[in-house]
Amino acid sequence: MSDARLSVFKTYKLYVGGKFPRSESGRVYEVTSGKGEWLANAPLSSRKDARDAVVAARKAFGGWAGKTAYNRGQVLYRVAEMLEGRREQFVREVADAEGLSKSKAGAVVDAAIDRWVWYAGWTDKVAQIAGGANPVAGPYFNLSSPEPTGVVTVLAPQESSFLGLVSVLAPVIATGNTAVVIASERSPLPALSLGEVLATSDLPGGVVNVLSGRTAEIAAPLAAHQDVNGLDLCGADEVLAKELQVAAADNLKRVLRPQPVDDWTADPGTHRLTAFLETKTVWHPTGSLGASGSSY
Amino acid sequence: MPTTASAFADATASDSALRRFLHGLPGVDAVGLEARAAALGTRSIKTTAKAYAIDLAISMIDLTTLEGADTPGKVRALGAKAVHPDPTDRTTPRTAAVCVYPDMVATAKETVGDSGVLVASVATAFPAGRAALDVKLADVGDAVAAGADEIDMVIDRGAFLAGKYLKVYEEIRAVKVACERADGTRARLKVIFETGELSTYDNIRRASWLGMIAGADFIKTSTGKVGVNATPPNTLLMLEAVRDFRLQTGVQIGVKPAGGIRTSKDAVKFLVLVNETAGPDWLDNHWFRFGASSLLNDLLMQRQKLATGRYSGPDYVTVD
Repeated sequence: MSDARLSVFKTYKLYVGGKFPRSESGRVYEVTSGKGEWLANAPLSSRKDARDAVVAARKAFGGWAGKTAYNRGQVLYRVAEMLEGRREQFVREVADAEGLSKSKAGAVVDAAIDRWVWYAGWTDKVAQIAGGANPVAGPYFNLSSPEPTGVVTVLAPQESSFLGLVSVLAPVIATGNTAVVIASERSPLPALSLGEVLATSDLPGGVVNVLSGRTAEIAAPLAAHQDVNGLDLCGADEVLAKELQVAAADNLKRVLRPQPVDDWTADPGTHRLTAFLETKTVWHPTGSLGASGSSY
Repeated sequence: MPTTASAFADATASDSALRRFLHGLPGVDAVGLEARAAALGTRSIKTTAKAYAIDLAISMIDLTTLEGADTPGKVRALGAKAVHPDPTDRTTPRTAAVCVYPDMVATAKETVGDSGVLVASVATAFPAGRAALDVKLADVGDAVAAGADEIDMVIDRGAFLAGKYLKVYEEIRAVKVACERADGTRARLKVIFETGELSTYDNIRRASWLGMIAGADFIKTSTGKVGVNATPPNTLLMLEAVRDFRLQTGVQIGVKPAGGIRTSKDAVKFLVLVNETAGPDWLDNHWFRFGASSLLNDLLMQRQKLATGRYSGPDYVTVD
């Protein structure tokens, strides 16, 4: 019997608003392995898919940003648990996509899962790093706390299709932003599979939306979109990055310019975590400071 | 009006005659109706046609606030928005009207002034319509006296569903009389059927004809206060009714879907229904309206997108 079994091909689909739609345009493109063999057809997203993704991300923003930091950490840790359970699938996809051996791909996936856990731990610690009590010349407590920027478009790195993706996506949502991610153009399959993991791990629909297709085609309307608040240009080449920055300037988006990363396994530091934060400062009167000093 | 009344004099002579007439209307093919509405909804309206449709839809909106929490301030804000929907772009058309409760008519009237935006008032114990006839008439009288240009009345669904068609008919006639002003002019009368409560398409067709022969200037789907509001099929059915009514009597009557129309795409679908069913004569805010509030913001965002090429967002329209 086993000889006669038909293979079950997987239809890779987008992940938008917690659902798995095909591209509104009905288009797909062929995804090949590092060696040039056909792997699957992936959706070729249009600007309307991008628009729908922003609507979903905006809708999810209030709820996600409003969760306690601790709860966000729990949800993100749950994502890591789910990734662990589907480790074999990701090892296969990463090996195919990046032309790695099974063991090398395994190391990459392990690093990605560890990174996800690392960022999950940061959710309730970032306020201590990026915020604080400011000394002011008056009878006030003056407190700065970091708040998420809003809807962030993330251009995932083109080469590192999974570890790179996790390294740019996790810090954006850890702080309470919602994300529209454009997967690596050549190797989108791990990103599309990540959508399936996110859908089953308590992450509210719309917090992460994954689009696949031509990066330049999808990124242009997102960079100009008036309802997108931030733009991570990690996966853009120099020419595209410049173009997108010009478009993004129109509504003063927060832009993270592409920085070359040679080794995604290296310690990422906190700069991605703090890239899409706004600072809210609150003044609270302490009452008068009497002759004897503080009254509180 | 007199022509309509006399043309249907036989039908309205008695309760049984009216029942015979309404039940003698052809039954509605529900599957066909829904398929037709769905098919017309697939038309692709792009570029210049889309720009035209968006501006037309904005000009057809009865910008509505019907909440217990309405304050004079909210009504003034709504009125100002009706006059200048997009303050950053003065080429944006005005909406057709603002629609408020009777006690807010004076405030609304003051805000819209002589801008050309009309003031519509719901009346007759909106939204349930559960009150004695003189209470309903007093409600209408108040709104008209306060300066309402249009009255949106609700029919007594209880009486309609119980088969007391003549009672509903006479109530509409009485409200129509109450719409008259001291100077001899008359507020236009919209009759709300609350199609979501009428249970069948046959009932919606009967209610449409009942409203039209009783002298409605507009027939309106719903109050916006129940689960099912304006849908493409029930609006299509009412558009067929006004088309047939004009063929039969020469009298043109308006249609107003209300409630649940929130996106530009939906609005454009309704305009396609109007054009393909009643015809281009109805593509005018004197004959077709949208009862809506959040729809306007979506139309404005689409309008900005067409003007600038960039997708707009809710930060760039007013919060109501």
